[in-house]
Amino acid sequence: MRLLTHNMLASNIKGVTNGFPLRIEVEKAIEKQVDFNPEFLKNMFTKIHWKALVDASRIMGFAELPEEADSSMLESDDFLRNFHHALLELHLEEGALVCPETGRRFPVNKGIPNMLLHEDEV
Amino acid sequence: MWYLCVFYHRLLDYRKAEVDSLAHLFGAFGTEDPHNQNHCLEWRLPLHHHPDSPFHFVNLPSEDLARKIANRSILVKGMYELWGEGSSYEELEAAIRNYPEERKLPYLDSGSTFKINVDSFGKVLSLDDQNQRIQGLNYIAFKGRVNLKNPDHKFWLMETDDYGSNNGLPPIVHRRIFFGREVGGADRKLIPTYQLKSRKYLGPTAMDAEMAFLMANQGLATSGKLVYDPFVGTGSILVAAAHFGAMTMGADIDIRVVRDGRGPDCNVWSNFKQYGLPMPITLLRADNNLPPWRPELKEIFDAIICDPPYGVRAGGRKSGGRKLLKGAVSPYTVPDDKRTDHIPSTAPYCLAECVHDLLDLAARMLVMGGRLVFFYPVLREDDYVEKENNFPEHQCFKLISTSEQILSSRYSRVLLTMVKTGTYTEEIAEAARIKHIEFKENHLKWLEEGNLHSAVFSPADAPSAVAPEGKLNKEPKPKYRGKYV
Repeated sequence: MRLLTHNMLASNIKGVTNGFPLRIEVEKAIEKQVDFNPEFLKNMFTKIHWKALVDASRIMGFAELPEEADSSMLESDDFLRNFHHALLELHLEEGALVCPETGRRFPVNKGIPNMLLHEDEV
Repeated sequence: MWYLCVFYHRLLDYRKAEVDSLAHLFGAFGTEDPHNQNHCLEWRLPLHHHPDSPFHFVNLPSEDLARKIANRSILVKGMYELWGEGSSYEELEAAIRNYPEERKLPYLDSGSTFKINVDSFGKVLSLDDQNQRIQGLNYIAFKGRVNLKNPDHKFWLMETDDYGSNNGLPPIVHRRIFFGREVGGADRKLIPTYQLKSRKYLGPTAMDAEMAFLMANQGLATSGKLVYDPFVGTGSILVAAAHFGAMTMGADIDIRVVRDGRGPDCNVWSNFKQYGLPMPITLLRADNNLPPWRPELKEIFDAIICDPPYGVRAGGRKSGGRKLLKGAVSPYTVPDDKRTDHIPSTAPYCLAECVHDLLDLAARMLVMGGRLVFFYPVLREDDYVEKENNFPEHQCFKLISTSEQILSSRYSRVLLTMVKTGTYTEEIAEAARIKHIEFKENHLKWLEEGNLHSAVFSPADAPSAVAPEGKLNKEPKPKYRGKYV
C-alpha cells in the first residue's frame, strides 16, 4: 500500500465521525521505484491531505517533506521528487491501519489493505 | 475535412463511439470547457450503404488528428484521404482525375516510395484480379518507387459489391469503389499480445483484451490520468488502461482475488509485470456498498471503468450477513478475542443496488468531465432500443454512448459511457444515503426483483403451437449480429 492510498482511506465503521487519518502500524515497509510523472503529481497535489501525508511518510521513515506546502512549490524539482517518493514509492507491505476513533485494526497483508467491515460495524 | 473511415467488421455498435471518444481525447473539439462534452463528430454514409457497413465518412479538423485517432483505436482498420469513389471503375477514374492536383502531387513525388493495396469487403479478389486493378490505375502519375515493405505512402483501392444477401454481412445494394491515401490504422497487434489465453492470472469473468481496450478508450485513459475499477478482479480492465499510460487503482470485495491470486507469480501484480506495465497504485479489499474513502475526498478519479457483477455469470457480494439482512438472525457482536482473524460474512448484492452505489461513488469521486464506463445487462426480449430510458440515470451524469454486445439469444450487455456534468451536492449525497438505507431494509425484495440469472437461464417456455401475433411483427435483429459483430 502506497501513501497515496493511505491519504484516501478512512475508517467507515458505522457511527465513526473522525475516521481519518488512519494510524499506520509498520511491520514491514519496502520501497518500489515508480516512473516520475510530474503531471500526475501536480494533478494529485490539490487532492492530497498534506498533513496526513507528512505524518505518514515520517512513520515510514522518510522525513524530507516540509510541514506545509502550497502549489508554488510544485515548480521545484526537488520538492516534486520528494513528493513523488513519499506518495508513490513508499510501500506498507505488512502492518495495519488503525481507526483513530475506535482503535479497530484494518490489516495490511502483502500490500493489500483489508477495509472490509465486520457484521457489527456495518 | 472528410476522411474515409473503414472499420473492422466487428463490434458494430462500438465503432463510432470509439472514434468520438478518441476525438475528445486528442482535442478535436478544442480545449474549451471540459464539462461540455456535447460535441460529436459529423458522420455520413457512402451512397446506398447500410449503417452497419464498414465504410463511413467522418469530418475531422486535421490529418494529424485523424492519424492519432486511427493509431490509438482498436476498431478502425484505416483512415483515408479519399481521392475518389464511384460505382464503377470509370466513375472512379473521373473522380480521381477531378481531385485537386495540389492534394495529390506531394504524395506522387519521385523521391518517395509507395505501395498500393487492394482490398474488398464481402468477397475475395484473386491475385490476378488485384494486379489487374492496380494496373488499371495507370492514369495516376505515380513518380516514386514501389516499396512493398516500408513505403512512405500507402494507397488503398477498396471495393464492395452486391454479394447476395445470405453471407452474413450487412446488405449492400450497389457496387462502390474507393481509392484513397492511408492516414493511419489501428495497431491490432495489441490484441494477440494481450489476449487472455496467454495471460497468467485469469478469473471466470476476466474482460477480453479487445473489449478492455475499447473500454479504456471510452474512458479516455492516458498518461497522467487516474483510473479506478471498483470490481477489479484479476485486473483485466486496468491492464488496458495502464497500457495507455494511465495510473490505475482497483478494489474488490474478494480478498483471495486481490491479495493471493494463485501464488507469488500468478496474481494481479504479475499480470501487469507480464506486459511490463507500471503496477497499480493501489489494490485494496473494499466493499462498493460501503466505500472506505475519507469523507472530504472527492473529484480524484479521471475515469471509473468497470464490469459490475450483474448476477448472470458471477454475482456481487456486499457486507452484512446473508441471514442478518434477511432478519433470520438478530444482529450480533463479534467477541473481542475473535476480532483479529474474523472473516466477515457477506450477502448477495443485487444489480439495482450495485449500480446505484456505482453511480453515487462516481458522481462523488470523478473529476468534472470525468467518465464512467461500465457494462449494463439487458434482457433482449425487452427490445432495449425502443426503451432507451431504461438505462440507469443520475443527475450528475450525461449518457453519451451505448454500445450493445449480444451474448445470447436471451441477453446482451451494453457498454454505457457517461460524462460527469454536474457537481455532487449535499442534497444528492443525502438522497443517496436515504436510498442506501432503503436498499438495506428491503434487501429481500430487491434481490428478487433484480434477479437476472433466472431470466437468462430459466428453461424456455413450452413450445407454443402458434407464435403470438405480436412476436412475428417484431423486427428481429439482423442475422449477422452476434457476439463479436
